[in-house]
Amino acid sequence: MGKLKFIEEKFFRILMFISTNLIVIVLLLIIFSILYKGLPSLSWEMISQTPKGGFYFGKEGGILNAIIGSLYLSIGATLLAVVIGLPVALLMNVIMVKHKKLVNMIRFLLDLLWGIPSIVYGAFGFTVMIWLGIKTSLLAGIVTVTLFIIPIMVRAMDEVLKTVHTGLLETSLSLGSTHSETAFKVFLRQASPGLVTAILLSFGRAIGDAASVLFTTGYTDNIPTSLGQQTATLPLAIFFQLSSPIEEVKNRAYASAVVLTVIILIISVLARLYSKRYQKHKINF
Amino acid sequence: MVIGLIMVIFLPFLLGVGLYIKSTFLLHGQSLPNLLFSSDWRPLSGKFGFSPFIVSSVWVTVLSVLIAGPICLLTAIHLTQYAKGWVLRIMHPVIDILAGIPSVIFGVWGILVIVPFISKYVAPLLGISTSGYTILAGAIVLSVMIIPFVLNILIDVFKTIPDELKEASLSLGASQWQTIKLVLLRKAFPGIVSALGLGISRAFGETIAVLMVVGNVAKVPSGVFQPGYPLPALIANNYGEMLSIPLYDSALMLAALILFFVVLIFNFLSRMAIVRLEKQTS
Repeated sequence: MGKLKFIEEKFFRILMFISTNLIVIVLLLIIFSILYKGLPSLSWEMISQTPKGGFYFGKEGGILNAIIGSLYLSIGATLLAVVIGLPVALLMNVIMVKHKKLVNMIRFLLDLLWGIPSIVYGAFGFTVMIWLGIKTSLLAGIVTVTLFIIPIMVRAMDEVLKTVHTGLLETSLSLGSTHSETAFKVFLRQASPGLVTAILLSFGRAIGDAASVLFTTGYTDNIPTSLGQQTATLPLAIFFQLSSPIEEVKNRAYASAVVLTVIILIISVLARLYSKRYQKHKINF
Repeated sequence: MVIGLIMVIFLPFLLGVGLYIKSTFLLHGQSLPNLLFSSDWRPLSGKFGFSPFIVSSVWVTVLSVLIAGPICLLTAIHLTQYAKGWVLRIMHPVIDILAGIPSVIFGVWGILVIVPFISKYVAPLLGISTSGYTILAGAIVLSVMIIPFVLNILIDVFKTIPDELKEASLSLGASQWQTIKLVLLRKAFPGIVSALGLGISRAFGETIAVLMVVGNVAKVPSGVFQPGYPLPALIANNYGEMLSIPLYDSALMLAALILFFVVLIFNFLSRMAIVRLEKQTS
């Protein structure tokens, strides 16, 4: 009887060990399978040219339109989300700091919003577009993606600002500065590396999401020159090329997947760096 | 600041109301239960039975949580109770990167690895022939996608359990595993259920990755080796043609509304349970 509990523990420890390793293996498998299939088809031509005639039958050209389109879209959406989201996050943590209940309710609401699938945002954006009579365009895509990443960004910023020591708030206020001075001059500066992490996280979400832009941005072979034009995006470029029956086009989809994966990995590394920097420079009382 | 806050607060109501208004066109003609339980999907003749899509969604979602749940639970226990510092230093970036990978990349991976794996190895083993584009493929890809999400929540849940409880159990002579089984898991049970609930809502709304591997046949699936057609895939696949057929876009907006409500309810209940757990333990 006495031995049994140790056998049981051993058994479950082995299972735990396996499942932990399984997660690492799956991640490596994903990255390696994408690189293995995509790298042979990746060329300078692919990332430096827009699609030429016959591109979708395997002729020359590249996916520059999608790369630039994705960057425009996600940079635009991220900027817009920062303009709306940063004040909200500061408001929650500096000015409304006394109203704990209300702030917690807002957090709860944001968590709910975070959970709503991006396709619902896409469908909603599409509905509003028809209602307002706007055609599929870069602008419509930016607005939809902004709606979709605001909850993510505010919640991530909120988690950072939450960790700023309240002593800093009290010190700043006792020196005679107002709440908004404290928010924008003290908290913003103290938390800025952490906030950069939050922004990068949202940027990664914006550039990787396909379902919300499927309805709203349209698709074109040209690089957009104004907000009213349609634009291609990387996830959709991968998706469309992969559904082609032609082998060369499919291979290009894998190569495009490599481009997107590399962008995401770079964002991920940068986010970690800034997060470390925040921890290092944090004032502790 | 306040304007931003108000915008954020009203967004979910706007979403719900907007989708509802669009789907009322369809709801005027046909009753909701009729739409939900009919499997007759012929948009051209105005027949919109959502049952194949709802059943597919449920299959894919439940299966993916069944796969991801045990893996997440075991890993979370390992990371919070047993693992050494260096394991955590490896696992944190791994979980973060996995969480950051776009769904279209998961879809490509599914096509490259999971679909052939099912059609060449798993299905023949059971004497079934299939292209591999099945409910099972969708569920496996989804389970990988929700793992980082569920795992992070589970780790947070286990961290809220006070150390004193564990120490009391250990000092009474219980082994580490008995403490985990009888104290930690029991105490964290509501948290575990809600982590899985959040996993369900995440899986239910996932679009592109599932769409790419699940086969997309509008029939009620009868097993995991059959192709399915979940709700998000239905919306994403038909956005182009929906404007040309009357009521079609209303039907797709109803699908989005169903998604919205199911996800919202699961999210709401799970988050409530987590908030309550945090209050209880702190």
